[in-house]
Amino acid sequence: MRPFTYERATDAASAAKTVSEIPNARFLAGGTNLLDLMKLDIEHPAHLIDISRLPLADIEAADGGLRIGAMASNAAVAADAQVRARYPVLAQAIVAGASGQLRNKARVGGNLMQRTRCAYFYDTTKPCNKRQPGAGCAAIGGLNRAAAIFGQSSACIATHPSDMSVALSVLEAQVETVNAKGVKRTLAIDDLHRLPGDAPHLESNIAADELITAVILPPAPQGRQTYRKARDRASYSGGLASVAAAGTRIALGAVALKAWRASKAEAALAAGASPVEAADAELAQANGAGGNDFKIHLTRRMMTAVIQDMQR
Amino acid sequence: MTELSPPGGPFHADVALSVNGEAHSVTVDTRTTLLDLLRETLDLKGAKKGCNHGQCGACTVLVNGVRINSCLSLAVMHDGDAVVTIEGLGLPGNLHPMQAAFLERDAFQCGYCTPGQICSAVGMLAEAADGEPSQVTADLGAPIALTDAEIRERMSGNICRCSAYPQILDAIRDVSGSAL
Repeated sequence: MRPFTYERATDAASAAKTVSEIPNARFLAGGTNLLDLMKLDIEHPAHLIDISRLPLADIEAADGGLRIGAMASNAAVAADAQVRARYPVLAQAIVAGASGQLRNKARVGGNLMQRTRCAYFYDTTKPCNKRQPGAGCAAIGGLNRAAAIFGQSSACIATHPSDMSVALSVLEAQVETVNAKGVKRTLAIDDLHRLPGDAPHLESNIAADELITAVILPPAPQGRQTYRKARDRASYSGGLASVAAAGTRIALGAVALKAWRASKAEAALAAGASPVEAADAELAQANGAGGNDFKIHLTRRMMTAVIQDMQR
Repeated sequence: MTELSPPGGPFHADVALSVNGEAHSVTVDTRTTLLDLLRETLDLKGAKKGCNHGQCGACTVLVNGVRINSCLSLAVMHDGDAVVTIEGLGLPGNLHPMQAAFLERDAFQCGYCTPGQICSAVGMLAEAADGEPSQVTADLGAPIALTDAEIRERMSGNICRCSAYPQILDAIRDVSGSAL
C-alpha cells in the first residue's frame, strides 16, 4: 500500500470541504472496499478522511418513512425493527450480500459508493477505462460472464455490486448529502449512479465537495416486498442477477452499472401484460457481450418468477 | 477536525486502544492494519492473515463485541476501541465455551482458520440473540432460531480449507444450544 496521511472528521460539512481541498483525498467509512482496493494499488489516495465516527449512524422515523444515517452499518440496517417490519426487501437485500463480518463494518454510504467487482478493474495488468480513462476495456471481448446486459457502453460493461441499492430503487429512496458550504440536497436513488457512457470513471452524481449523510425512505408502497438473487455460491458471493420487488415496482441488480429500475416491465404489468410478457418488455433492450448472454435468460426467468410470486 | 497525520506527512499516527483488556498506546504507520498491529506490534499471533482481503475470515476479531475482518481495517481507525482476540477469549486452563466446544468436537484439522472461526462464532451468536436476520431467515419479525442452515449461512465469511465444516457446525450448535 502506498503511504497516505489520515485524519478523523468531526463534522460532515468540514469533511466535505477538506476532501475537495486536499489533492487526492478520499473519505474512509467502513473501509471494506477502499482498503482492499488500496492494497491492490487500484486506489491510491494521498489522504484519508475517516468519517466513520461522524454522528450519522441513527435510524429514525421521519415523515412517515425512515431516515437511515449514512454511517449506519449494513448489519444495523438489516437488523432494525422498522426496516424488518416495513421494508423487508431492504433487509433481505443487505443480508444477501457480503459476509457477517463485512456487513458489521461496511456503512450505508460506503455501500452506495463501492466500486465494481469487474475482474478487469481488479487486474492492473489489463486496460480498464475506470482505472485509467481512455485505456480501453478488456472485458469487451474478454471473459465477461459477470458483465452488464443493460446500459453498457463501448467504454465499459461493468456492473454495480450493491444489493442494497436494488432494494432502495424499488423503495424510491432519496439520498441526502451535504456539501463544503453546508448546503444539503437530496437526489433520487435512481439518479445517484451514472451509466458508463464515454466516461466510466465518473461513477456517481455526487460532487467533489459533497458527502452522503443519509438515505431517506418514503412510506413503504402498498403490497408485498421480496428480493431474489442468483449467484455462483449459496452465500457470500456477488450476484449474477437479482430482482427486488415492492408492490408494483421492480428493480434488477448485477445487470447494469446501477440498480436497474424495470420501468418497462412495470408499465407492461400496469397495462395488463402477463409476468413473462412484462419480463420480455424489459429485456427487449438487453444486450449480452458473449460470456454473459445467459444473464438475459436468467433475468427473464427470475423476473417472471418474482412477478408471479407477487401476484399470488 | 483532528489532524492526526496531516497532509504532507508524517505518515504515522498515535492510537490508544484496549486489547484483551490491556491498554496500549502505540505510534503506527497509517497503513498498518488492525491485524498487523495485533500480530506484529503486540505479538498476538492468534488472528491469522489468510487472504488479507476480507474473503477468508481467518483474521476475525471482536471490536467492541462485534466481529469484523481485522485485515480490512486500519489500526488508526480503532482509537478508543476494545478489541478481543482469540487469546482474550480464553487460554489453556481457562477456555471460552466456544474454544472448549471446538476441541471437544475436533472442529479443525490444520487449525489456521480456527481462531477466526471461534471469534466469528462468538460474534455470530450475539448477533442472532439480538435478532439480526440472515439470508435464510424466513420470518424477519420472529426471534432467530439458530437452525443448522442459519449457523452455516451466518458463518459463510469463514473459510476452512481442511473442510472441517461439519464439526465446526457441531461445535457452534453445542454452544448455541446451551446457556452462554
